[in-house]
Formats: sequence, C-alpha cells, structure tokens
Amino acid sequence: MVLAVSQVSESETRPGPRRVAGSSAPAARAFQADRFLQFIDVKKSYDHKTLVVKGFSLDVAEGEFITLLGPSGSGKTTILMLLAGFESVTGGEIQINGTPITRLAPYKRNIGMVFQNYALFPHMSVVENLAYPLKVRNLDRRDIDSRVEEYLSLVELSGFGNRHPAQLSGGQRQRVALARALIFEPSLVLMDEPLGALDKKLREQMQFEITRLHSKLGFTVIYVTHDQTEALTMSDRVAVFNDGVVQQCATPDVLYEQPENAFVADFIGENNLIPGTVAEIAGDRVRVTLAGGQEVLTQRGDVSGTGTDCIVSVRPEKMFIKPSDHAYDSEITACFIVRHYVGDFIRYYFELPDGSEVTIKVLNDLAAPKFDEGQNAQLIWQASDCFAFRAT
Amino acid sequence: MADIALAAPPAATRLTREEAGFARRELTRRRLVAFGLVAPLLIFIGFAFFAPITTMLHRSVYNPTVVELIPDTLTVLEAWSGEGTPAPEILTSMAVDLKRLANERTSGKLAEELNRGLPGTSSLVKSTARKLRRAEDAALATDGATLLLDANPKWAEPELWQTVRKVGRTYTDTYFLTALDLERDAAGSIGARQSARIYVQLYTKTLRIALVITVLTLLLGYPLSYCLANAPARTANILMVFVLLPFWTSLLVRTTSWIALLQTNGVVNSVLMSIGITSEPLEMMFTEFATIVAMTHILLPFMVLPLYSVMRGIDPSYMRAALSLGSSPIPAFIRVYFPMTLPGLSAGALLVFIISVGYYITPALVGGTDGQMISNIIAFHMQQSNNWELAAALGSLLLLLIIGLYWVYDRLVGADNIKLG
Repeated sequence: MVLAVSQVSESETRPGPRRVAGSSAPAARAFQADRFLQFIDVKKSYDHKTLVVKGFSLDVAEGEFITLLGPSGSGKTTILMLLAGFESVTGGEIQINGTPITRLAPYKRNIGMVFQNYALFPHMSVVENLAYPLKVRNLDRRDIDSRVEEYLSLVELSGFGNRHPAQLSGGQRQRVALARALIFEPSLVLMDEPLGALDKKLREQMQFEITRLHSKLGFTVIYVTHDQTEALTMSDRVAVFNDGVVQQCATPDVLYEQPENAFVADFIGENNLIPGTVAEIAGDRVRVTLAGGQEVLTQRGDVSGTGTDCIVSVRPEKMFIKPSDHAYDSEITACFIVRHYVGDFIRYYFELPDGSEVTIKVLNDLAAPKFDEGQNAQLIWQASDCFAFRAT
Repeated sequence: MADIALAAPPAATRLTREEAGFARRELTRRRLVAFGLVAPLLIFIGFAFFAPITTMLHRSVYNPTVVELIPDTLTVLEAWSGEGTPAPEILTSMAVDLKRLANERTSGKLAEELNRGLPGTSSLVKSTARKLRRAEDAALATDGATLLLDANPKWAEPELWQTVRKVGRTYTDTYFLTALDLERDAAGSIGARQSARIYVQLYTKTLRIALVITVLTLLLGYPLSYCLANAPARTANILMVFVLLPFWTSLLVRTTSWIALLQTNGVVNSVLMSIGITSEPLEMMFTEFATIVAMTHILLPFMVLPLYSVMRGIDPSYMRAALSLGSSPIPAFIRVYFPMTLPGLSAGALLVFIISVGYYITPALVGGTDGQMISNIIAFHMQQSNNWELAAALGSLLLLLIIGLYWVYDRLVGADNIKLG
C-alpha cells in the first residue's frame, strides 16, 4: 500500500521524461503546475476498519478534463462523492484554489454534478430544472429566464423547455442534466458515469457534445467512468484506479503506450502478459527469460532486480508473424491454435511452450498468413514496444 | 418481371377463407380462456359487492310493509282530499283491514310503521285492532266507520290519515330526509326536523375525526417512512416488521389493549399519577380522544406502507443533485423530495381517511357516546331499533359522501398520482 501511495505521488510531482515524451497540447497545459484542485493524501473508510480510498493525491489544473478510470469497486465514485461533499473525508484534504473544502457543506461548494441517472427533478419542467440552481441563488427573474434560454440553446434543446423529463429521450435528458450542472457556472463539474445508460451511438454523440462544451466554456471536469474508450478519447489526463489507489495518472497516449505497471498494461486496451524471470537489467533495457525458456529483450517497467519474477507485456498489434518487413529485436516460437476473423483485422491465437496464450492482431490484407492447427510460427516485436513489469 | 414483383405482395398478405377461419377460432378461444380466468372474480364481486350495495340503496327508498298490510284502505284513501275526516267508506275499509290484521297477528307491524311516522300511534293501532277483532264481519262491512271511531275517536283526526298516506307509499324519501335531519311537513314541503337532530352533526363529527386521524397518521408516518426508506436494507426490514406487527395481531386485541392503557385505573393514568403529573385519574376512556388515539395507532400502517414504497423508489441522487446545485437541505427537501413523495402521501391519506370514515369496531369499544361515529349509528339501526331502511339511507349517504370526496380529490390531485407500491 505504502509503495502504491508513493508511486502515485511520484507520478504526480515528478516532471518525468514520460510526460514530456507524450506531450500533446493538453498534457502541456496540465504540466503548468497550476494547482486549481488538489487532493492531498485523501483517505476514506466507510466502516472504520478498511480504507476504500487509500491515500489519493492528485493535482488538477484549471480547465483540465480528468477522468478517473477503474473497474467497479475501485473507489473512483467515492472520490467524486468526497469531492462533492456527500461523503466525509476520513483523512487528508481537498483544496480548491488553495482553500480547503473538506469540511464545507455540499451546497456551499459550488460544484456542478452530472449523475448517472441524470437526477432531473421529475415534477419540474426542463426550464424549472435549469432555473433551480439560479433560483436558490436568488437571481433576478429576468436574468434567470435569459440564462435558461441561453443554456437550452447551448445544449441544442431550445423549444423543449416546457417538457417534463419523462417526455424526453435519454440523450435529451443527458443534455438537460449537463446544462443544469453548468448553468450556475460552477468552478468544477463532476460527472459520474454520465453516459452509462445510453446506447453506443448516442454515447459517442454525447462524448462529442461534452468535449465541445468543455472546450467552449473551459470548465474543469472530473469524469468517472469504467469505459476506457470514453476515458481515452475525452480526457486530458486519465487516472487509472484500482484497489483504492491510483495506479497511473497520465495522458491517454502515455497511458496506452507506456503503462507503469502490469495492472495498467492489462486494464488499458488489450495486452499479452507473458510470465518470465528477469535475467539482466542494463539501463533502460531488460533481458527476460520467459517461462518456456526463450529469451526476449524489453523496456524496463517497474521490475526491481535480477532474478525476480516478472511479466512481459506486448500489445497484440505490436507483434508480427514472420515473414514480415517489420524490424525486430525479440523473437519467440509459438504454436498456432486458431484465428478469428473480426473484419478489419484477424486475431491469431498462439500458445507458448509454457502454456500461456498470445494474441496477435493482423490487418486483414493479403499478407495475413494461414496456419494449420499445431503449426509453429515465429513471432517478432521491437523491445521499445514491450515492457517488463513486476509480477503481482 | 416488375409486374410479378408488384402483384405478389397483396396475394401473400391476404388470408384464405380457411386461414381466416383458423385465426378467428384461435382468437375466440383466447377470449374464452381469458374470460374464464376472470369469471370467478367477476361473479364474486357481483355476488358479494354489487348485489348487497344495490340492495342497500334500494332498501333506503323502498318501503312495502304498509302497502302489503292495508292495500285496500290505501286504494280508497287516494280519494281523500287530505283535509277533514276521510269519508266513511275509507274508515270502514280501515276497520276491515284492522280486524284482518288482528286475526293474522300482524297489527303490531302496522303499529310500528305508523308510530315511526307519527309518534304515539302505536297503542292506538294496537288497541283498536284488539277491539275490532271481536266485531262481526257483517257489522264491520256496513258500519265499520262508526265502530272504528267508537274504538278510538282519534281515527277522526286528519293528521293520522296523512301519516297513513305517507307511510303507505312504496317508494319514499323519508329515510333520506331523516338521515339528513329533514322532514316533510303536512303540506309536503321539506324543512328542518323538529325532533332530535343528530345525523348531520354525526356526519360532521365523523369527518372531523377522520381528518384528525389522517393528519396524525401523516405526522407520525412521514418521518417514520423516511427513516425506513433511508435505512440500510437489513435495519429497514427489521423496523418494517414492527410496522407490520399490528397487522398480524387481531384488531380486537389491539383495541382492547388500548382499553387497558386508557381506562381510569389503566397504565397511562397509573404512570401519570405515580410520577406526580396528575393528582387524580384523567377520564380518557369512552371519549373522542380514545377513539382518535386507538384508530391512529391501528391505521398507521396504511399510511406508512404506501409512503415507504414511494420513498424507497426515490433515488438519493435527487437530493444530492439539489444540494450540489446550491440548495440548502431544508429547501431542497421541500422543493425536491417532498413533491416526489406526494403520490404515496395522497394514497396513504386517502386510504386512512376512507377507512376511518367507515370505521366501526374501535369507536364502538373505546368511544363511549362521545366518540361514536356514523357507522355506530348505522349498526344501532340495524341491530337494535330494527330500522333497516334508515340504516340503508345512512349507509348510502356515507357512500355518496366518500364518492364525492374522491371526486374532489381526483380534481385536486388526480387519481393517477396515487401510488400504493
């Protein structure tokens, strides 16, 4: 646990080469050390015995879009509840602009929230729903009307004002919920799996909608989801959560291409995880003896020392089957099991001598080879696409 | 090619005669099965609900007794103008009828019916019948009028004959008028009843008690339901058992336990006196207070259950949303949570109110004279005064009252908003 915590804070505070390596525009913005929202070693326990959130630290810049991604039960929604003030913080502190809000009542925090079930008040019309946060702030009647009209057109729902939530489709409700969370111009907007109840097509449409509003209005977003595609496409940075701690917080491309540990490597995207033992560590490169006896060259992930058990991770699309034009510095022999036709690509399954399985994605073109079951093939890849992680 | 493609679909969509027959038989069979399934319920409802209520409504206006007893007299009485002593043949007819009734030993029935219309006539009818029983048939036929007046000169009074005519109608509004504390005077116009006016007052009292009970169950039940709905599932289930426990105990036992608590030497008085709050026992038993307390206790689950099921279905995110939008807890509760509980609240209130308006056993046991409700009077007329017609009229008015209240409720709140679970 302690290790995990230190790891998190390390990844947050260290201006490491990795983040620079993956520097896109949002990453650069995140790197301005603008500490708009700060979680400082936040802990949460529901039963006074076990911690659900175990030392969560994160700095969020103003205007940033941060996603908390993790399997269910990993504590990501709890973070949101702590931030919104619906649950009390057991230890640590949350600050906005340097002011601690940990003991502030939820209705004084000025944080907008979009709920998974939208939480639109069913007995109020769309206009009344939108006007609600303005009314409790005692705004002038005319200001309220014009602001509601403005935000209705912002989410492209002008003319729907007099309907009740039950008369709207899922996507429209989502837009209203979004508008309601934004209409009082909160400093921070929280979204708790807001697109979870929508079908795939609508979800993609709403992802676009949210990012459009985000770049237009420039509010700060803390977004919770378990859908990694959603996380990777929308966010400036993604914090991968597991077991109450952040495993890695980085920009989507860094997360995908340079995972910090086996969990992230496995959780984000598809990955081949092959067990082995560290044979030699030389700077950034590690030589690993796989369980089946073959040797491969990898980048150094978080392996600690020679002779320890490790896991080698290679993405299915980074592996190739000989004969191939691709350059390579690792090669293993594996036994062909089956291939699945997916459409744009073909998925090959191989078995290594120790019994572990390897998947390879090959583009569906003329070069896609054919094998008989049980036939041996040579699989190749570049050490720069491959990592050795500590076995867990 | 194109022609074939166009021509084909209509031919394919149309059914042949044989197919249509199959489809029709299949439909008929399904309808029969569906009807067969609901038929026992329909028969039961018709038998146990519609038939008794129709009978009751009918009975409240239908009064054939007198007509059956003295049909001839009533026929000839139609010729009477309504003023002065009726013509001798009318009196004669009455004398003949009375003798027949005396022999059939049914003169008491006539006496009772007439007495209801004009108090004090009971003995007149009975004694006259007794005297006329000994008279010769021939003498009666020729000189009945004299014999009748000889038996009692009161038979000359027009008031008595007006009463005979009044109670001699097969269909009458008398009972409804009585139930509303009204009566018809000699001229036939409706006015306030001269003698005891109790029913309107009793209806008002019944409604007032029902309203007080509804408000009390609401005040007690709302926080309780809120607590239950927001408790963890296990705690909520245990607490729910306590709410339901009264349902599993006999109504009589629960009412009797209130007697044990409230009586002069009961638990409440002993406690109050032992801790020195009162120096002498309070009279709580056989009062309106006792009726209200016991009925509130008994009807509380009817308020809690619909409220609980509605509150249980309200996602906590609504309140959270209201808070995150900047509303402080109490206004958020009033503007957001409370309106969402209205379906359960109105269902519970309606249920409690309607049940308590027609409640009988508890007021009968703990209410005394002070805490009686309309049902107790209805029961009294059915069991003791044997005036089923008045009981039916009172019951019909109660039914009308409740239907009226339901209509008002439907206009104000909308019956669609009721949610029992």
